Amino acid sequence: MAGLAHPKTAPSAGLDWIPRVWNNRLVRTTLYQAVLFGGVIWMFAYFTGNAVENMARLGITSGYGFLDRPANLPIGEGIIAYTPADSYGRAILVGLLNTFKVTIIGCVLVTILGVTLGIMRLSPNPLLSGLVQTYIEVIRNTPLLLQLFFWYVIVRQLPAPRQAFNPLDGVFISNRGVQIPWLEADAGLWWIASALGLAILGSLAYRRMAMARQARTGEFTPVLPLALVLLLVLPALAAWLFSVPIIPTIPELKGFNFVGGTSLTPEFTALLTGLTMYTIAFVAEIVRSGVQSVAHGQWEAARSLGLRDRRILRLIILPQALRVIVPPMTSTYLNYAKNSSLAVAIGYPDLVSVVNTTMNQTGQSVETIAILMAVYLSISLSISAFMNWYNRRIALTER
Amino acid sequence: MVLKMVLAAAAAAAVLAGSGAADAGATLDAIKARGSFKCGVGTGTPGFHYPGSDGVWRGFNVSICRAIAVALFNDPNKVEFVPFTAQQRFPALQTGEVDILSNNTTWTLTRDSQLGFNFGPTVFYDGQGFMVNKKLGVKSAKQLGGATVCVQPGTTTELNLTDYFREHKLQFTSVVIEQVAELRAAFFGGRCDVYTNDSSALAADRSAATNPDDYIVLPERISKEPLGPLVRHGDDQWFDVMKWTVYAMIEAEEFGIKKTNLDSFANTNVPQIKRLLGMEPGMGKALGLDDKFAYNIIKTIGNYGDIFETNLGAGSAIKLERGMNDLWTRGGMQYAIPFR
Ligand SMILES: N[C@@H](CCC(=O)N[C@@H](CS)C(=O)NCC(=O)O)C(=O)O
Repeated sequence: MAGLAHPKTAPSAGLDWIPRVWNNRLVRTTLYQAVLFGGVIWMFAYFTGNAVENMARLGITSGYGFLDRPANLPIGEGIIAYTPADSYGRAILVGLLNTFKVTIIGCVLVTILGVTLGIMRLSPNPLLSGLVQTYIEVIRNTPLLLQLFFWYVIVRQLPAPRQAFNPLDGVFISNRGVQIPWLEADAGLWWIASALGLAILGSLAYRRMAMARQARTGEFTPVLPLALVLLLVLPALAAWLFSVPIIPTIPELKGFNFVGGTSLTPEFTALLTGLTMYTIAFVAEIVRSGVQSVAHGQWEAARSLGLRDRRILRLIILPQALRVIVPPMTSTYLNYAKNSSLAVAIGYPDLVSVVNTTMNQTGQSVETIAILMAVYLSISLSISAFMNWYNRRIALTER
Repeated sequence: MVLKMVLAAAAAAAVLAGSGAADAGATLDAIKARGSFKCGVGTGTPGFHYPGSDGVWRGFNVSICRAIAVALFNDPNKVEFVPFTAQQRFPALQTGEVDILSNNTTWTLTRDSQLGFNFGPTVFYDGQGFMVNKKLGVKSAKQLGGATVCVQPGTTTELNLTDYFREHKLQFTSVVIEQVAELRAAFFGGRCDVYTNDSSALAADRSAATNPDDYIVLPERISKEPLGPLVRHGDDQWFDVMKWTVYAMIEAEEFGIKKTNLDSFANTNVPQIKRLLGMEPGMGKALGLDDKFAYNIIKTIGNYGDIFETNLGAGSAIKLERGMNDLWTRGGMQYAIPFR
């Protein structure tokens, strides 16, 4: 009784600091985190030790020395030169660049087509928005892998090389892919590419100036004509100055296959189509919800200024909708990059495909999985970093 | 995406986390305690390893594992079959997901050493070949320059392919697909000019095509492919059981002992046969098996020639010749180690 009534009179022999410290928020959270951190470290050490021991017992060698050994792997396509005599390191690089290729082209396509689709979904025309809605539902509710197989089967139905469609001179469409004329890759091509880059930068800078001028004086300066001139003239000038031989190569059927030109392989085409068609359904929904999140009063206010709907959408609604759109778009791009590893199923030689084969041929599971994880982590973190930067840029700046 | 990566990561993690599963004798002890074992096979190739419409696994490689089940438990069903692609098979064995692979794996130095495996007797001497559509009019592999070739990843096949084209200074383009069913569809659908594999597998795949007569296997054999069962390092007793199961089937054929005439040897006075069939004790016991293990195998599964003929030879749709896989006494290479 007395103890209950006067708890603090209990002789605590100088130990009353314990509850005081224990109840201190900082001490407690630090302690919890230290325990968790210690646990993670211990687990990591345990697994590593176990792995080393097991691999030693099974006689599995470890280390990254295999990266220098000749790979002997066949790889169907790549954007850098590769022969089977090259090293595993280079083979993995070829796979990585193939992953980049499908991801970068895909993200651009997905953005353009997805936004278009999202706006179509909002169309007042019930037929159009209904069609788009059906598309979105069908695509989002079937497994992506199935869709990739579907596209791969479709592209394989095209005729054999000897019966290829030949819609234009030098363009062939067959079950070996789409062959188109191309420019001979020559060192001088870099000059042309640089000139093109310069032209793009120049056009962007000019557009900025034009916009600043419009903001200042209200006068509108057209940008397109100058941009077109820059884009055409600069590369041509570079070609002439550095006398880069522009040798077009035209595909032609020789023996089994087409030689010359460049091609989109069935595997790449099916993967790009499948991933893009799948992802735009998600983007369309993101765009729709973003546009709908902008208060309707904005439309009405803009209309009362006499702007047409198209311009309202582009100049007033979309910029505001972007704040809602960008964060989920980040995860969409991330998903796209990660989904691209489904490539293995339809034979596109992406990073996962090459690394899996390397793992199989060398037995270096731990090392190869570490490479895969490191690469996907870097890709994901880069996309996140870029999107976070963009998100901050477009965030509402309060004045 | 994730599926593949998760599988691979799980495999790596299992190597990481795997307990001392491979201490000497531990695999066999665990199998005996469980009363069955797990056998890794291919995903589906006629004659070699394929699930029937009743869901029961059949084929030459399947029979090898069933024979081991008989040796251990005198019951061909005390084994569970797990299908793997060529890419998946090695981590599965390394991590103990299966106890043995019997799936047309080629015995190579790297696999025997660096990957940590032990190979049993070669049950099928093979060589890599090329299959093409007859319409192409190709008669020899040397005419394949510029062709598109379909091949499975994670195989000796893809390595030999690049070796061959390098050696002969020929160009080629590859289409590399892991699932063999997809790969076949790609080849028979015209995506590739050439399909390369172990020539026995080519014959098996051809037999399953809608129009087998449209395709020919070119005469060249560009590699040696000794195919046989394998186990992971670390349990010599289990390794022995696997080896001697195969030798028992070959030895039986050498003595003319078949599934159909087995009991006519009940009164034999040939000492080797008496030892093989367990009428004189000791052989089985030395392996930790029943002395009648070989008798049981031949009774339930048959001898080497029996399983060859029914699955791959005249009794099958594939109709492979015995060739190199005939007994050494008939000019082939199959040769059992003495039972004594
Ligand atoms: N012998 C070659 C070829 C491998 C091979 O044929 N693998 C088998 C099983 S792992 C296979 O893919 N068979 C087709 C199937 O999955 O049914 C090697 O060992 O690398």
